[in-house]
Parts: sequence; structure tokens; C-alpha cells
Amino acid sequence: MKRTGVIWSWFWMILGILYFFLPLVATFIFSLKAKLGVLSFLAYQQLFNDADFIKGFSYSVLWGVLTIIVGILIFFPTAYWVRIRLPQVRTAVEFVTLLPFVVPAIVFVFGLVRTFSHPPFLIVDSPALLVLAYTVLIMPYMYRSIDTGLRSIDVRTLTEAAQSLGAGWGTILFRVILPNIRVSIISGGFLGFAIVMGEYILAQYLAKPAFAPFLAYLIQQKAYEPAAATIVSIALTWACMGIIQLVGRGGTQPQIAGGH
Amino acid sequence: MTASNVVKRDAPSARPAPYRFSWAWLGVMPFFLFAFMFLIYPSSTIALGSFQDTNTHAFTLQNFVHLLQNPNLIGAYWISIKISLITSLGGGIFGFVLAYAAIRGGLPPFMRSSLMTFCGVASNFAGVPLAFAFIALLSPSGVLTGWLMAMGYNPYFHGFQLYTFWGLSIVYMYFQFPLMVLVIAPAIDGLRREWLEAAENLGASSFQYWRYVAFPILLPSILGTMILLFGNSFGAFATAQALTGGQINLVTIMVGAQLRGDVLGDAGLGYALALGMVVVMAIAITGYTVLQRQSERWLR
Repeated sequence: MKRTGVIWSWFWMILGILYFFLPLVATFIFSLKAKLGVLSFLAYQQLFNDADFIKGFSYSVLWGVLTIIVGILIFFPTAYWVRIRLPQVRTAVEFVTLLPFVVPAIVFVFGLVRTFSHPPFLIVDSPALLVLAYTVLIMPYMYRSIDTGLRSIDVRTLTEAAQSLGAGWGTILFRVILPNIRVSIISGGFLGFAIVMGEYILAQYLAKPAFAPFLAYLIQQKAYEPAAATIVSIALTWACMGIIQLVGRGGTQPQIAGGH
Repeated sequence: MTASNVVKRDAPSARPAPYRFSWAWLGVMPFFLFAFMFLIYPSSTIALGSFQDTNTHAFTLQNFVHLLQNPNLIGAYWISIKISLITSLGGGIFGFVLAYAAIRGGLPPFMRSSLMTFCGVASNFAGVPLAFAFIALLSPSGVLTGWLMAMGYNPYFHGFQLYTFWGLSIVYMYFQFPLMVLVIAPAIDGLRREWLEAAENLGASSFQYWRYVAFPILLPSILGTMILLFGNSFGAFATAQALTGGQINLVTIMVGAQLRGDVLGDAGLGYALALGMVVVMAIAITGYTVLQRQSERWLR
């Protein structure tokens, strides 16, 4: 690589770094300006004393945890079963797991409201519908993560070994296979958690308390507290991604997601 | 054409074994039931509704005729397509240059891993918090606006507006270019050094290497990923809603307004509007898949 090439490389990298960090730095500076004339953590104090923030945030954590549990319960046995017994349905299953990319979230929630707001399925007000909808949303990431994990271990041998020792299916799934792919489960889980924590559309239109709708409301009302809430949200995303990097050290590239 | 059509045998073939139901199928039933109940069926009711008359429920194509005749709705599609084109092209080019600089640009190796980590975070950082981060940066009272004003330049005196089309494009770029970096990096990795050396040994200039070797090989990946970026911004809703308060006429915003309370005054038209989005997304995802498959011929 010639000298000018390296200089250009640095130029583009610095531009990328600026684009990446400037909004974050600006948000942080903004969040410190709640008190006139001096920098302070007043906005954070006010935020953490705001009952609505605590409510939205805790509900989002609850939705996130429930979604991961439901996701593991549905996707893990399916991915395992497809790998060991039904390789012929692999294509069909993978196609279905990619469908959430094809149906934009706003159209998806439109369909949910239309389907579940009148009999025979009158469950639009149930928190269960929100959790199941979130599970659909994280399906592409979580299923792929679990499936990649299963590919990296010898599922068949482990299963046969467990069977010959007299293990039932429950034991095989959750006490033999699951611990062996815990890295994939953890990465998929935290990615899903990060998505649910930042998700706006489903919670907003299914009218459930959550962090992102609260933040959207706060932006309309206040100036500095939303900055503090945004910093909290960024910190949370960083933490999730950091955990994924940490458990998957030496693994593949970071995962790709989005709930725009 | 199946084998049985081609191979003609004299002896009658044996009777096929009686079909035996395999219990193994039960294992994937919960998954398919879940996907059908909470994804496929609800989404298909939108498709169904768009082919139904709102009052009589009879089959009709009228909703699509109305959609095409409504300049406001066609305008919404056009703005969504325009912003997706601009940000997928801009984000695609910037992301590619960044990824190439980090991987093959002669930078220290830690730059690559840091870039990948940043991009992993940035492509996940979207929606409402992203909108606010740019409000803090570029709104009239934003931090960067303040710095620029201190230097004697007020972007708002020069036609800049954060809450309009171009402002939204700048915000969308924030999750577009990192996605490009993440998806295109393996393709750049697949560009073998031998090809560059071979080209140089044969006397090719740097331009010729790019024009005749690297670019044709990377083109399907680049195009495919840009299509992915297109879909990524076409379906975006939360960022635009939080940034503009629903004041920008994107098709997602229109669908959202229709869902809140039938602003179109015609339910069937709303379903047709939503179905149109699914069609655009399906075309985009199919294009991405086809191009990605093509690029695997060279890059493995």
C-alpha cells in the first residue's frame, strides 16, 4: 500500500469516527446542561426520579426477558429437531425465520391489531400478544444464532451418548445440548434483548408501557431529560454488545440487527 | 422433469410403499403454529383486506386503483423510495470505502476490530434514541449548531432543516453505513492478494486492477448489500416518527397514521398501502438473496 493510500484510509476512518461519535458526544453534553450555566447531572437525577421512566424501563426489561425465554423455548427445540430429525424442512424453516424482514414492523403490527382485536382471537390487550410479537421480531437473529451454535457442535453424537445413558428428550435438550451452545444462546439472547429494549412500534401500537414510547413522549415534553434517557439507552446497547463480544471472543463478526 | 419420466422400464414398477405418517413432524409443529398464528396469518389478513371491498367484503381491485389515483399516497411511496435510494447509495459508498480502508488500507489491525465493534453498535442504535441524538447534535439549539454558530456559520440561515427530508437522510445514514461495513467486510476479505499481485505482475495500473478485477468481483456483493440497505430504510418508522413527529410524508408514517385512526377514511385503501410496502420489501430481499448467491461464486 502506497503512502497516499494510507493517508486516505486514515481520512475516511476519521470521518467515520466523527459520524459515529459526534451525535453521542452531543447527546452527552446536552444531558449535562439541565442547570443553567453549569454542567451537572441534574437531568439524570430528574430522570431517575420520574416514575414513568422507571415504569417504562422496567416493563421493557420484563418484555425483553420474557421474549428471550419464549424465543429459546420455541426456536431452540425446533433448530435442534430440524438438525437431527428433519433436515428436509430446513429450507422451509429458514424461509419462515426470514419473513420478519419482508414484513415491515409497522405493517406487522397493523396485521396484529386487525387480527386480534375481534373474536375469535380477542387478545389485543393481552401482554402475551406483545411478548409473542417481540418473539417474531427477534426470530431472524435468535434462530440464526442458535442454529450456528448447533452447527459448531456434534449434535448427533451428543444425543446418542445421552440416549444410551438413558436420558429423555428434556434432559438431552436442556441439560446436554443447551449448555454446549450457551455462547450462541447468550449472544442471540442479548441481541434480542437490545432490540426489545429499543423497540418502539409494537409497544406503541399495542398500547403497552415500554422504554421507547416513553422516550418519544419525553422528547415532546422536555429538553434535557430525553438526553439523559438516550444516554441510558446507548449505555444499555453498548453493554449488550459488549457482553456478546466478550462471550464470543475470537468468534465471528458482530451481529446485525435493527429496529428502525 | 423427474427421473421416472425419463427412465422407461419394461417391468411395472413396484407399488410405492404406503405413506407412513412420521411422528417426527410433530417436533416442528409448535414452531410453524407459532409462525402461522402470529406472523403469517396476521400479515395475510392485510393482503386479504386489500383485495376486499371495505363494505361488502367482495373481491375487488378497486383499492389498488384508488391507491394509484391518490397523489398523496403515491407521493408517500416516492419520498420513501427517494430517501431509501439516497441513503442506500450514500451509506453504501461510504460504508464500502470505510470497510476497505480498515481491511486493506494499511491501517493497524486494531482499527478493523474497533470499526467492526462500532458498526455492530451503530447498526443496532436506531429508532427513538437515534432521533434524539441528532436533535441534540443538529437541531437549532443543538451542540454542533452551537459550535458552527460560534464560528460564524449558522446552517439554518443556509437552508438546512433537521426535521425535513435531507435532515432525515443524514440521520438514516447513521444506521445505513455501519450495516454496509458489516455485510461487505467478508466480501473484501475474499478479495485475494494473489489477484492484485498477478495484475501488477502483468503491468496493470491500480485503476486497471479495480476496473477489470476487483470491481467486477465485488459488484454483486456491493449491489446486493445496497439493496439490503434500501429495504432497511424503506421499512423504517420509529426514527422518522420521533424526529419529525409524523410531519414527513413517508409511507410508513402514512400506514402508522391509518392504523391509529383510519385517516384515509377507507380501510381497504389502507391495506393496499401496507401491502405495497410488503411487495417492495419482498423484491428487495429477493434481489439481495440472488446477488449474494452470485457473489459466492468468486468469494468463498
